[in-house]
Amino acid sequence: MVGLIDIIDVGLFAAAVRMATPIASAAIGGIFSERAGIINIGLEGMMLTGAFAGVVASDFTGSAWIGVLAAILAGGLLGLLHAFLTVQFLVDQVVSGTGINILALGFTAYMSQVLWGSRGGSDIVNGLDVVSIPLLKDIPILGAIIGSHTPLVYLTIVIIGLSYIVLFKTPMGLRIRAVGEHPAAADTAGINVYRTKYLCVIISGMLAGFGGAFLSLGHLNVFVLGMTGGRGFIALAAMIFGQWMPFGAFGASLLFGFADALQMRLQALGLLPPQIILMVPYVLTIVVLAGVVRKTHPPSNYKPYVKE
Amino acid sequence: MIAIALAFLAGAIILAATGYSPIEAYGALITGAFGDIFGIAQTLAKATPIIFTALAFLFAFKCGLFNIGAEGQLLVGAFAAALVGISFDGLPALVHVPMALLAGAVAGGLWGFISAVLKTKLGAHEVITTMMLSYVALYFTSYLVNYPFKAPGGVSQTVAVAPSAVLPLIFQSTQLSASVFVAVGLVVLTYYTLQKTTLGYEVRAIGLNPTAAESGGINVKRGIVLALLISGAMAGLGGAGEVLGVHGRFIEGFSPGYGWDGLAVALVGGLNPLGVLIAAVLFGALRSGGMEMTRVTQVPLDIVSILQALVIIFVAAPMLIKYLLKKGGHKWSD
Repeated sequence: MVGLIDIIDVGLFAAAVRMATPIASAAIGGIFSERAGIINIGLEGMMLTGAFAGVVASDFTGSAWIGVLAAILAGGLLGLLHAFLTVQFLVDQVVSGTGINILALGFTAYMSQVLWGSRGGSDIVNGLDVVSIPLLKDIPILGAIIGSHTPLVYLTIVIIGLSYIVLFKTPMGLRIRAVGEHPAAADTAGINVYRTKYLCVIISGMLAGFGGAFLSLGHLNVFVLGMTGGRGFIALAAMIFGQWMPFGAFGASLLFGFADALQMRLQALGLLPPQIILMVPYVLTIVVLAGVVRKTHPPSNYKPYVKE
Repeated sequence: MIAIALAFLAGAIILAATGYSPIEAYGALITGAFGDIFGIAQTLAKATPIIFTALAFLFAFKCGLFNIGAEGQLLVGAFAAALVGISFDGLPALVHVPMALLAGAVAGGLWGFISAVLKTKLGAHEVITTMMLSYVALYFTSYLVNYPFKAPGGVSQTVAVAPSAVLPLIFQSTQLSASVFVAVGLVVLTYYTLQKTTLGYEVRAIGLNPTAAESGGINVKRGIVLALLISGAMAGLGGAGEVLGVHGRFIEGFSPGYGWDGLAVALVGGLNPLGVLIAAVLFGALRSGGMEMTRVTQVPLDIVSILQALVIIFVAAPMLIKYLLKKGGHKWSD
């Protein structure tokens, strides 16, 4: 087992933090949606579209930050579509989400051929540079792990904190949770159930799109066909593992991010066939989900709400 | 039908917006799919695996389960069938073919069974586990076909199965094989099972209301396990049919996403086995005509996936269609 010890270093943990970012932001997106009573299987497609839109915008404007905004916008638009279908037209939430996933995969593959003439992916575009946080980067060991990342990593941590405050410390959060837990009662109390659901699902899409932007602009600087690789689904598992709580989901995302980072390291070592190593994050997701899900309580019964 | 028309209309807008002529593209698609006897045979050939995956989705759905992992179940089924096809020689075809098909069904069923156990014993939602297992199947079969079972040469494929394991082509120089008969047989069997047997009754009762089914004396967990097992077996059988009938071996990436096609077809077919048969021909036409369209007009083949997603969305939203048609419908809450 030469090499197994060698790959466990601060670089691996830094990579784990990095790869936890897209999963965490999509998982927070999942929390917003599910807290308002809408299952969002479409996170995967929203993330992929975000990754694509980010690269397109960066390619055209030369600015990676405009790319990030485009990714958030694109994810939000798909969130709007999901809300439109499930809240307004009572489409089955899983069917709608699956439709969005297929649409995203087809649309990004189609458009990358239209734009770049290649189904495989895009040209290399301007990505986001790594920033080092003064003081933080000087802490021994920890500094090497969390001190230098793209700004999106730090933004994600801010988003997680903000989400916790919004969901659990503000009247708006109370309204969101009321809508998910008991829409009829929330309605009686004067809360606009439909608008709250719309808002949360759109936020959900925006966060997934943001996670996609990390993959394409904060990590590789290209768009690759199907580059999200099931991370939207892994984010759902992280959300459940984290009991629909922002910090819990972040913790779970770190675990999955670690699996992803480990997978990449093992690939580089070339000890095992790549396909075997590529299975690791998916198997881990199944194992984690199977291990914890019994003890969890979803925040809603996800039934469509029809006003009397 | 309106849903499909709307999907094609939306697809036409995308084509026009990206500088292609929708009329030319759809024209080539229809000519390719139905223009001559070869086109029609090829359409039926492409419809065949989709019938299996659609029945797989449908059967689980009737039990209230979302099996979105048919793609993975199809892949493991295909590989298992190839393995049995390669491993034995000199058997009579009447023994070898059913054995290989059975292996495909067993492997696919096992893949569905894992998700079933994870759900009934541990409460893990099948949407996530079937999807994750699909990725596992993709990489696992990729490993097998690239390492232990790779045929000599540059292509990631196994060696050919023994002649005794081949499902004969029923229309030369197309891909239409006897697998289509298995598919049609399975449609009838699925219909019969769901409507006329105790198992079918239990499955449907669980799908309608698991709590009521449980108090009515039905073993819900057993029903869920059986439904996912059968669902996976159906998809696995479809993969086996592709290997034994079309390719004669397992080739990496042979499925362009038949699992997802199946989901769309099950919904378009109104979640009815006979409806599936008709809808599968439509989607088979998209797959076979799509190639002709890409060859003639250079429109990227992925427009087919876009159309498929749009069909799913429009079919699942009868209220949306009503709204679009009448400009009325569901009122805003304010």
